[in-house]
Amino acid sequence: MYKTKTWNWEVGQRTIADMTPNSDHKWQEEIFISPDGEKASAVVCLDDAEFSIRTNDSVSENTFEKLWELNYTTNGDLCCYAMQDEEWTVMVADKPWEETYGFVWSPLFSADGKNVATAVQQDMEYGMSVNGAIWETLFENANNFAISPDGKKSAAVVQVKSMGQADLKTFRSGIFSIAVDGVAWDNNLMNLWTPVFDNNAYRVAAQVRLTLYDYSIIVDNTLWENTYQGVWEPLFTPDGKHVVAPVRQGGKWGMAKDGQLIWQATYANCWHHQFSEDGENLYAIVAPEYGKFTVAANDKPWEMRSPVVTDLAVSPDGKKAAALANTLNKDWRVCVNGSVWDGSYDMAWKPVFCPNSEAVAAKVRKNGRYNVLVNGKPVGGEFDMCFDPIFNADGSKVLVRGLHDGKALRVVANVPK
Amino acid sequence: MNSLYNFAVGPLAWAAFIILAVTAVWRLWSMYTLAKQKDASSVAYMSWKFSLRSIANWLIPYKSLGWKTNPVLTAVTFVFHICFVVLVIFVTPHQILLENAFGITYPTLPTAAADALTLIVIACCCYFVYRRVTNKTVRFVTRTNDWVSLGLVAAPFVTAILGSWGVGGEIMPLLHVLTAEALIVAIPFTRLAHILFALFTRAYIGSEFGGVRHCKDW
Amino acid sequence: MSIQDRKIEDEGLAYGVSKLTTDKIQQTFQALIDNETGAKLKAFSESCMRCGMCAEACHFFVSHGDDPSYSPVGKVSQTMTKLLANDGKVTPDDIYGMAQIAYTECNLCRRCVHYCPIGIDVAYIMTTIRRFCHKLGVTPQYIQDTAHSHSATMNQMWVKDDEWVDSLFWQEDEAREEFPNLRIPMDKEGADFYYSVIAPEPKFRTQLIYQAAAIMNEAGCDWTMPSMPGWDNSDMCMYSGDFEMMGRLKRQHFELAQKLKVSRIVMGECGHAFRSIYDNGNRWLGWKDYPVPVVHSIEFFAELFEQGRIKLTGKIQEPVTIHDPCNIIRGYGLMDKLRYVAHQLCDNIVEMYPNREHNYCCSAGGGVINCGPPFKKVRVEGNLAKANQLKATGAKICIAPCHNCHGGLEDVIHHYDLGIELKFLGDLIYELMEKPE
Repeated sequence: MYKTKTWNWEVGQRTIADMTPNSDHKWQEEIFISPDGEKASAVVCLDDAEFSIRTNDSVSENTFEKLWELNYTTNGDLCCYAMQDEEWTVMVADKPWEETYGFVWSPLFSADGKNVATAVQQDMEYGMSVNGAIWETLFENANNFAISPDGKKSAAVVQVKSMGQADLKTFRSGIFSIAVDGVAWDNNLMNLWTPVFDNNAYRVAAQVRLTLYDYSIIVDNTLWENTYQGVWEPLFTPDGKHVVAPVRQGGKWGMAKDGQLIWQATYANCWHHQFSEDGENLYAIVAPEYGKFTVAANDKPWEMRSPVVTDLAVSPDGKKAAALANTLNKDWRVCVNGSVWDGSYDMAWKPVFCPNSEAVAAKVRKNGRYNVLVNGKPVGGEFDMCFDPIFNADGSKVLVRGLHDGKALRVVANVPK
Repeated sequence: MNSLYNFAVGPLAWAAFIILAVTAVWRLWSMYTLAKQKDASSVAYMSWKFSLRSIANWLIPYKSLGWKTNPVLTAVTFVFHICFVVLVIFVTPHQILLENAFGITYPTLPTAAADALTLIVIACCCYFVYRRVTNKTVRFVTRTNDWVSLGLVAAPFVTAILGSWGVGGEIMPLLHVLTAEALIVAIPFTRLAHILFALFTRAYIGSEFGGVRHCKDW
Repeated sequence: MSIQDRKIEDEGLAYGVSKLTTDKIQQTFQALIDNETGAKLKAFSESCMRCGMCAEACHFFVSHGDDPSYSPVGKVSQTMTKLLANDGKVTPDDIYGMAQIAYTECNLCRRCVHYCPIGIDVAYIMTTIRRFCHKLGVTPQYIQDTAHSHSATMNQMWVKDDEWVDSLFWQEDEAREEFPNLRIPMDKEGADFYYSVIAPEPKFRTQLIYQAAAIMNEAGCDWTMPSMPGWDNSDMCMYSGDFEMMGRLKRQHFELAQKLKVSRIVMGECGHAFRSIYDNGNRWLGWKDYPVPVVHSIEFFAELFEQGRIKLTGKIQEPVTIHDPCNIIRGYGLMDKLRYVAHQLCDNIVEMYPNREHNYCCSAGGGVINCGPPFKKVRVEGNLAKANQLKATGAKICIAPCHNCHGGLEDVIHHYDLGIELKFLGDLIYELMEKPE
């Protein structure tokens, strides 16, 4: 994740740059601030079909016919898709990859931000490219892209057989597979979704639909023995030895590990499960009854109920979880271990735990103004827009990055006790 | 004959009503549990406001599109149901039975009026028969149980009016009681089950239309 | 007449039926009754008095010279009633007919609800028959292919990930010639709304994306379009009976909004997608109401006019009539807003009757048009009622704010030679709005 140790943690507010759009530019797009809060960047249109990236006060000399999907990686590199003369490539830290493609989309980053992968289309064939090296084999179609946490391996659902128009039989015979680094598994299946890697052994698991009615999980090209009425995305245990996925049985959802139920199917829904780092605790968003959602820790639902629950986050020590609750996408609330913070917001973002698990922060918006809350209290001031908060290593300080009156601001605040 | 009649209006009637009560409660209860168990996403939208709104609007003759499009059937349906209920409650012999059993007294219909209403109900049933035979759609979907239900409903009224006219002597009042008891017992198990369920189906669709579809259902 | 007298050849139905046995049918039906249907089906089945009042509600019935086999109760009688009466013991050939009725002779438009004193939801019963046929693998070829596309690509037209983004860029480029600073902002987190469309838009009707972008830009909206799958709001799985896939699609659609942290989703002029989002798909996922408000274009345009954010250069003077799409009028009560927007755009509105929530369906909805060419004649001839309605208005233009209605009405207008031009609200707004010099 972030290398926060090298960052400036002096408490106070600093203006990074005045990002007011330059009147020489036709327009400026959305602004992004680097994780360390030292740089603000935006795509700018200089002239018809002439785009560049502005960072703080300077505009890159690299111009392109089109730029999109600007991102800061966790290690602070600026990343963007760029097109020139009908050829697409990826710009990382202002350097375009040498390879060019017919199209690029769905950027993926390793946890440390050093490796960048993307989905690519080349001559109407599909695959992935990692750090500018395209898969050796491409496919008729590919989607559901993934990379391993270290960014060394990539995987996607690929179409391995052709199918004519409205050809039901061929579809049912199975024309999809999973390709890891461009090498497809030899199992051709009807549907596959959301391949995921484990933490360190490059194992891959995915959802499958074997027939129109039977769903299961496939792990390294081996199917679970049991099938279900439905499954959601699988997840490896942190040690990489087991796979756990929500499964539907008898019209209700439960949780299965390696094909055996570990949470009985009693929920109206059960998804977005997450392990604590030690693998001891399993959390998920569940609906114990129709229309009423909450979080379950090891199959025990919290008492709070909400029409919608999203953005589950588990603390580094694995003992706490936080999530957001809302009603009709309004009245957003932050819940930590089942208790709900006082404020209600027009929008809230996924809670962030500090490294020692004691504090929780969340970015929220109310009446068009953005705030960062730490343990329920606003910290660092109010903004026209702000980014997710980042804690320092000992959890005593929090970095808040925001925009105010066209200026990019960097605020370091003490975490309230 | 007299003792048979006394048995029919006594223990047999009690039995019929008890069977109706028990089976009706059982049917409604099992339907409710089934709904909670398997139609949770529908039950969640049930609303008093939209249920009553829907029921009220359908109780007004010629208010809904269906009533407007079928003017004769609408008239017959309303008249039939009103006369049916009025007769069941307000004919003198029924009141006397209630008085004997529970001591309840209330004004009743003069015989001539009761006869007239009975004839109206029979006429309505005749119309239902006529329509079931002549209307292409109704004929297409009519099955034996539709005739059975209609017969069950008509029989007590036919026997009542014949009895009132003195046809068939003592047998007719007995037949009236027996056919009425058959009708009572049949309610939960035939098309007549709509007596139990119609309010709820109406309430349900009213709630869906009001709460989910923001639109009237009449 | 009955369904046995009018079987239409379809590869999907024929293939599905060829694999059936009576035992398989019966087991599947038992499982459906045991595991899926509940009190709704039971109460509806037991309370129906076979009065036939619903017949007049159905455009198929009215358009076929009052043929009872096309009446709602007639369709139920040939399908669910028969199955229940026989405990599911029917022949594969029977299933062919049942599938043909449920998929191609009922638009699930719910007009018959307005005719039934008991409140029987025939659309629900027909949907249950479709579910049963899906479980048996007996589905019309074209709608099944669409369902396959949904499962493989999360959109209904096999649009590949890059083709989607590329079409947005293409439309953005084109539109910049007319609106120099126009943007289609991609994946803009925290925007007021994301604009969602159906897959035929990037495939065949890119003009609609162009127009929408033009309107959003001129109105100064804080909006975005997603680059990731989930952008397609359509859902033929809801209609084919594949509810598991319906849930998966709607999850993707809503979670895209939750990921982008938009306040709401604004949806193009579509009908069935709306049904999928607020009525069917959300419920399958355990959500009562929708987790993110979905605003139909009608509501959205009404909002723009109310706030004075669209300036028009004039109004349409010719007589214009309005078609009320079932899924957003009888399905969501937008009739007044539709009229408000239409009157902003046109001086001479001629209502067709019956209208509003009593309007006749276009006969394309409910997935019927998606069953493809084999069944085109059935739905066009099944909608003489609509042709007569349209003709009686004397209008030259008909506003139909729904893609499927457009498809269906286009065929009706052509077949009955009505000489009426069809328009989306977006077409008219784009035509009439002030544009840069």
